[in-house]
Amino acid sequence: MTALLEAHRLVKHFRGVKAVDDLDLAIPTGCCFGLLGPNGAGKTTTVEILEGIQEPTSGLIRYRGEPLGSRFRQDIGIMFQSTALQDYITGRENLRMFGSFYRRTLPLAELSDACALGEFIDRDTRKLSGGQRQRLLLAIALVNDPELLFLDEPTTGLDPQARRNFWELVHRIKARGKTLLLTTHYMEEAYHLCDEIAIMDHGRIIAQGTPRELLEEHFDDVVLELPQADFRDLPLPSWLTVMHCRDTVEILTRDVNAAIRELLARDISLARLQIRPRTLEDLFLELTGRELRA
Amino acid sequence: MSFRRFWALFLCRNLEFLRDRSSLTWNLLFPLSLIAGFAFAFSGPGLDLYKVGVLGDPSDWNDSGFFKTRYIQFIPTADLPAALTKVQRHQLDMLFDPVGQRYWINDESPKGYVLERLLRGTERNSTLSKQTVSGRVIRYVDWVMPGVLAMNMMFSCLFGVGYVIVRYRKNGMLKRLKATPLTPLEFLSAQIASRLWLILASTVLVFVGTDWVIGFPMFGSYLDLFIVFAVGAISLISLGLVVAARATSEELAAGLLNVLSWPMTFLSGVWFSLEGVRPFLQKAAQLAPLTHIIDAARAIMLDGAGLMDISGHLLALTAMSIGFMAVGAWMFRWE
Repeated sequence: MTALLEAHRLVKHFRGVKAVDDLDLAIPTGCCFGLLGPNGAGKTTTVEILEGIQEPTSGLIRYRGEPLGSRFRQDIGIMFQSTALQDYITGRENLRMFGSFYRRTLPLAELSDACALGEFIDRDTRKLSGGQRQRLLLAIALVNDPELLFLDEPTTGLDPQARRNFWELVHRIKARGKTLLLTTHYMEEAYHLCDEIAIMDHGRIIAQGTPRELLEEHFDDVVLELPQADFRDLPLPSWLTVMHCRDTVEILTRDVNAAIRELLARDISLARLQIRPRTLEDLFLELTGRELRA
Repeated sequence: MSFRRFWALFLCRNLEFLRDRSSLTWNLLFPLSLIAGFAFAFSGPGLDLYKVGVLGDPSDWNDSGFFKTRYIQFIPTADLPAALTKVQRHQLDMLFDPVGQRYWINDESPKGYVLERLLRGTERNSTLSKQTVSGRVIRYVDWVMPGVLAMNMMFSCLFGVGYVIVRYRKNGMLKRLKATPLTPLEFLSAQIASRLWLILASTVLVFVGTDWVIGFPMFGSYLDLFIVFAVGAISLISLGLVVAARATSEELAAGLLNVLSWPMTFLSGVWFSLEGVRPFLQKAAQLAPLTHIIDAARAIMLDGAGLMDISGHLLALTAMSIGFMAVGAWMFRWE
């Protein structure tokens, strides 16, 4: 796949702090690319430079092999995590206004269907629920039928049902061959939606690949999870790594059968034992050493 | 510059303003109630006080009985034509020249008649010569009305543009617009145009409404007055843009707008004439757009001035508009 958007040796300084440090990135056409990182990793700055909102201190960005220009502005759609809309204006009026900024626009009916705007399209935007508002913001981002769509933490603050509904919308956009750049705090979201993921920390990309590749590359073990109350603090063999979390104990092992035998030998109840593969969240913690929402 | 983009923003800004009932009501009711209040306060019987302008040096005044009369305010004046205009407008009930032994009254003024009787009674031995002028009475409310309209326009222009743009910047609206093909010129011109027509429409409504209820003199052309308000509104909106160009907090913007608007209110002669104010303050007032709007509007309404007579004010307002717009556009940042 050819790269739709490329960044080469991006650097951004803020009052002596290097927010983005010599970063290289290529987003293939038709890919849903996830950019993950803890707070302060330089993720937002990187995305805003890629969106053309901020100027880099140095480095190059190319869209379809050319520097960012008026064509880029016409071709992209952006959904910020929080965008205020004009008060007293309905969703339909907002879509009309944003649509007027572009040469090419999608019909309102198509946008309304695609983003499930329904009857609230004619409601004052101040009176929309969180999920409705996010759907309207997505519709605004799609108003010009963009080739490249930036989604900046699009489901933050949504309830699980609204988040799942939103994922459905993103899947539909992907199915139309659009390219997406997604930033999110939710690893499950990144795993479900992204074809490729880059994890950032300290302004640099520290890991990149498909979610499956990354997990296979970094982990060959599984996690046994037990409630803290069931785990008696008895010494375990050194080949088992034990991690005490808030309410649970996680035991990392490559050999599940042997690990279970060791637990049974110490008379530990396995009634509430859970066995799960390693997740992106584990990978994130392993690579950055930080909580996701620090 | 794309007219389509400009028009879309213009319409949305208008809808936002017109649907915000509290803001709309405030823009119409505030000046109406202010003028009505003044009309009520100054159209009643009021104080039994006569105003007599006295020509010449106060030390030349003799201690005649006339100057000892109670309930008469004696106001020294050196400018004969200006004082005569005030007699014409009933702002002075009499002008008295004790050295030249002459006096002027307005034949249509009842107070002038009473004062003449008093003067003749207390100065029986003098050979006073009577001069007369004529002119319709100009009430305080007539004099203050152009100022109140202009002041309302000032607050609406400064806060309606300056404050709103800062709010857009703070809540991320401008950042979202920056990510579109919209240019700063298109955005700013839509804001100016939207506020301009809205403020002109509301000013016309307030003018017509108060004129219908209270009745104002109008010696000049309504079109000329409209031109003054239009040019004045552009200059004030442009001043609002300068404040909004970079500010990122509504508190800072409100502070800056208050720093601009309140001195202008006091120095531009909205409530009282600047005569007698320190000269440097009078000069400073000339730097404020509001001064030129009010002076030009009063000249048209009360003196029947034409555009040529007020061309100095129009030129000053145009120069200020260009200057403010250039600075505002140069300083403007989406974020």
